Amino acid sequence: MSRAEVLMGTGPSPGAAIKVKVGARRTGEIVAAAADLTYEAGAYPGSMVDAAARNIFAPYDIPNLRVDARDVVVNKPQVAAYRAPCTTAAAFAGEQVIDELAHTLGIDPIELRLRNSAREGTRLADGSVHANIGAREVLDAARGSAHYRSQLGGPRRGRGVAHGYWGNWGAQSSCVMSVNSDGTVALVTGNVDVSGTRTSLAMQAAEALGLAADRVRARVGDTDSTGYANVSAGSRTTVACGLAVIKAAGDLLSQLKTRAALLLETTGDQIDYRQGVFTARDGKGKVSFEELAAAGGKTGGPVTVAASVNMRQWGTTFATHIADVEVDPETGKVTLLRYTAVQDAGRAIHPVAVEGQMRGGATQGIGWALYEGYAYDRRGRLLNPSLLDNKLPTALDVPQIETIIVEVPSRHHPYGARGVGEVSIVPPAAAIANAIAAATGKRVTRLPMTAARVLEATGVIKG
Amino acid sequence: MATIWVPALARELVGGAETVQAAGSTVGEVLDDLETRAPGIKAALVQPWVLISVDGAAAELGLAEPVREGSEILFVPAISGGQASR
Repeated sequence: MSRAEVLMGTGPSPGAAIKVKVGARRTGEIVAAAADLTYEAGAYPGSMVDAAARNIFAPYDIPNLRVDARDVVVNKPQVAAYRAPCTTAAAFAGEQVIDELAHTLGIDPIELRLRNSAREGTRLADGSVHANIGAREVLDAARGSAHYRSQLGGPRRGRGVAHGYWGNWGAQSSCVMSVNSDGTVALVTGNVDVSGTRTSLAMQAAEALGLAADRVRARVGDTDSTGYANVSAGSRTTVACGLAVIKAAGDLLSQLKTRAALLLETTGDQIDYRQGVFTARDGKGKVSFEELAAAGGKTGGPVTVAASVNMRQWGTTFATHIADVEVDPETGKVTLLRYTAVQDAGRAIHPVAVEGQMRGGATQGIGWALYEGYAYDRRGRLLNPSLLDNKLPTALDVPQIETIIVEVPSRHHPYGARGVGEVSIVPPAAAIANAIAAATGKRVTRLPMTAARVLEATGVIKG
Repeated sequence: MATIWVPALARELVGGAETVQAAGSTVGEVLDDLETRAPGIKAALVQPWVLISVDGAAAELGLAEPVREGSEILFVPAISGGQASR
């Protein structure tokens, strides 16, 4: 497909119109909230507005909620899922109202969110209940960050914060694990690697096997060569497929203990395993993982296991972002000066990769906030099917994104991992909108917040 | 008895209630019990795109999922990344 065909035919994220109303006491306690969400589905139903309805107030413990959501078929291309579907727009509306509330009450924006933060047991709009979550811990880390404690000097500058939620998914995954004769371990899963999950899965296998991470080589098989896996989406792969990997590693070690017992002339229940060495408790000696792997031909042949899971409970994630901007009053141009992303990773399996997801999501969110947008004519034809007219953020537009990983381990994974791929795109547009409001005293309520829309908001030009 | 959280679009079948109680040892039996008082509720709740959750866990057995005394049953529209089903 050409670039124009991709932009015209593969589905944008849905356009949305959102109204939010929040009621609070002077103390900052939010007592009621309502949202009215209308999302475009394109030519066929299915905008996933239900995600927005579920998530818009999910970071908060609000006793009275009303959320109305509509999925509207329009004469445009069918929309498609994009990182944390539908939820960036929901947070753009909801978190601006929370910010307005904070300023109206004279309460620090993070403090207001902490006073109303969801906690374990808080019920979401759809009736489900938060398990152990890191919502408060993320807000606390943001408030204590060097960025938030710094002074933002200079005219026409403003700081904004926003908080976001995304639920993960579990479901089905499988893997095959084999010991090679050189002592390495081959791991094959059916989950497509869209974000570095081969590494995070190999690391979990290595941890469970007591080996160095580089001893496990992970690759992705196709449908004909490995077991079924649900789609690599919903921030599920590291967590759900990780469960299958950990289960397979346990089975593998169990078989290897039996093999070690053959070599050491004892029984498998008399074998201890620790950090690559099988040791007989009755003093009959020990054998290393490598030696055992090389001796496969003497103990029954190659060792291969398969494991599958259907993960029925899973964690959720929260992120708080802080943005500093400068707004040119004559041109409306918004310059990002500083940006910090704080996120709960449960237990960060691969911290550098987690930071990569945080920066990637934030950068995409910055694009949504300031630049990207599909423009259609009245007949539903795309007017800007090129990256010249549908601008993505570049390295010149995005400052170094500071990251703070918060770790509140999930109870649904042996290592506490949570899915980290999506929540990072939830807060950026709202954080930048709140920063623009702090800089100009005016709200921009449409995305992207282009220079023209900023000038409309500040009254320099008419819309 | 189990507690069923009724999605907003089905609440007119149960007189507008957010939650209702019904008896049974599986999700299917609970819904059959509720159906006697709220005709049409089972068809409204059991849809291919709806995830049934019992006590916070996805019900992999669907209507055959066991239910305990005091269980909470939710019917949640499935949400994930990837292409939306048409």
